[in-house]
Amino acid sequence: MAAVASSAPGKTPNLLIRLLGRPTAAIGLIVITLVVLAAIFAPLLTPYNPAQLSIVNRLTAPNPEFWLGTDDLGRDIFTRVLYAGQTSLSVAFAVVIVASILGILLGLVAGFFRKADAPVSRVIDAMMSFPDILLAIALVAALGASAVNVVIALGIVYAPRMARVVRASTLVIRELPYVEAARALAVPTPVILVRHVLRNITSPLLVQGTFIFAQAILAEAGLSFLGVGISPDIPTWGTMISGGRQFMNSAGWLLFYPGLAIVITVLALQLLGDGLRDLLDPRLAKDI
Amino acid sequence: MTDLAPDTILSVRDLRTWFKTKRVTAKAVDGVTFDLKRGQTLAVVGESGSGKSVTSLSIMGLLARPGAIESGEALFRDSKGAAHDLARMGPRGFRKLRGKEIAMIFQEPMTSLNPLYTVGDQIGEMIALHNDVSRDEARKSALDMLRHVEIPDAANRLDDYPHQMSGGMRQRVMIAMALSCNPSLLIADEPTTALDVTIQAQILDLLRRLQEQFGMSILFITHNLGVVAEIAHEVVVMYAGRVVEHAPVVPLFAKQKHPYTEGLLACTPNAERDLDPAGERKALYSIPGTVPPITNLPPGCAFEPRCRYSISACTKVPPQLEPAGPERLSRCLRSAEI
Repeated sequence: MAAVASSAPGKTPNLLIRLLGRPTAAIGLIVITLVVLAAIFAPLLTPYNPAQLSIVNRLTAPNPEFWLGTDDLGRDIFTRVLYAGQTSLSVAFAVVIVASILGILLGLVAGFFRKADAPVSRVIDAMMSFPDILLAIALVAALGASAVNVVIALGIVYAPRMARVVRASTLVIRELPYVEAARALAVPTPVILVRHVLRNITSPLLVQGTFIFAQAILAEAGLSFLGVGISPDIPTWGTMISGGRQFMNSAGWLLFYPGLAIVITVLALQLLGDGLRDLLDPRLAKDI
Repeated sequence: MTDLAPDTILSVRDLRTWFKTKRVTAKAVDGVTFDLKRGQTLAVVGESGSGKSVTSLSIMGLLARPGAIESGEALFRDSKGAAHDLARMGPRGFRKLRGKEIAMIFQEPMTSLNPLYTVGDQIGEMIALHNDVSRDEARKSALDMLRHVEIPDAANRLDDYPHQMSGGMRQRVMIAMALSCNPSLLIADEPTTALDVTIQAQILDLLRRLQEQFGMSILFITHNLGVVAEIAHEVVVMYAGRVVEHAPVVPLFAKQKHPYTEGLLACTPNAERDLDPAGERKALYSIPGTVPPITNLPPGCAFEPRCRYSISACTKVPPQLEPAGPERLSRCLRSAEI
């Protein structure tokens, strides 16, 4: 492969180079990078302010001045899609962090300590038996609607998925001789868990994290659309779709472009996740 | 507790380790007794399922459920002279002893090291864990240990990852890790089984030299009698969870007092003995049958179904471990005759 040949001899090329050697993963990685950069550098990419109202220009169709049109309050859709990306992406990323922390804790405990496995696993199963969005709505309803609470709720919703991956990988690593050797030489259990178990299961965590990122973008949009998520004043892709709902037939661009941003981002993340999984877990690779 | 002889470092007395499930009880170790003297090597020999590994795991406190010590003692004298009963020790007590006083090396050198850290890092971790030293000092001691286990070009190999080393080199690293805190007892569970024969000899030589340097005692678990002859001072032969013969190494190889030991020795290839007068190769001897399942042992001697000396008395009462000559014991009704 080109990627392998391009690296220094005798050294495994790093993950980034190997990812770029796979067309679908490379597309995913490039697209998601562009989406993130566009969100970060939104102020440089557009002359407008996302909250700037203009009665004159309300509901204009896409044109050279307003590339993606304007909404019912005359705000530029292109600008709002970029700024909404900031919120949507950071909320989703925070969800990944929360889900990872909870999932790693639960998964390590369930996977490493035999006695804890059954109770913790049953709790995980119970949580996974709820439909994602229903559980999220219930949690947001209990916590109150705010960006932070959406992150906490979705983090709890996705933690069981992370926990299952961590548990399964931990079960494998726990039986390896170097863990037994570490115990025989009196390495304290927390050190074994972090140094010998967690460090050896980062690959599946990375893959799962990417998929949760994609799912969290969808779920946040879903919650906002249903009106139980982030306040409609803050532009996110979900709140934009929600706000444009009543103009679906007369001014479709209000929904179409934020929806397109979600589709592109989620698709890119899924491609990237698939590519990562193929690279990091050779047993699942289709083309090796 | 106090009746541990001064020159004895480990005294296992009537140790029983059973694996109990709802339906059956597997007596993996059933009344094992032996003493290990300071600075000496005791080999525990037996085929798969004889209970030799369970014995070592019981001593290390590394039994996995449902395995548990049913009764018996495993008295251990630490470097300060205090005696501990390992059979009744909790996890906290073991944490103080493991690594510092008792260390263990395992069968699989290929997977006994964490693939993500350099060997220097892993040896250093052990040193830092048990001693109050800085990172630099730990690294220096790690290098020292690599030199002790005779790894060529140690300074450059310190930053190697395990996958960059051969099996023999990795076993040396494991030995370095085990000895890094100067334990008084080293438990070696088939440390040479996964290595090829020339490397085996090197590792055994190394262990013998390190034993002289560091003065530790070694409990050596193996199924290979050739290895026993190389390294052991005393030998315990186990069969179906019990000791069947116990003797110093030289007398044991000269004359076996238990048919099982005799059979084991007959199984080792021997160029002179295995050729018939015409120079043709004879088939290598093997003990007929297999080890009976420990959940279903015969009422008499456990080895009786496979024994060529068996008489009707053997099927009735289990024989006891009895003196069979100077300093040796045998669990056989006819030990005087063979």
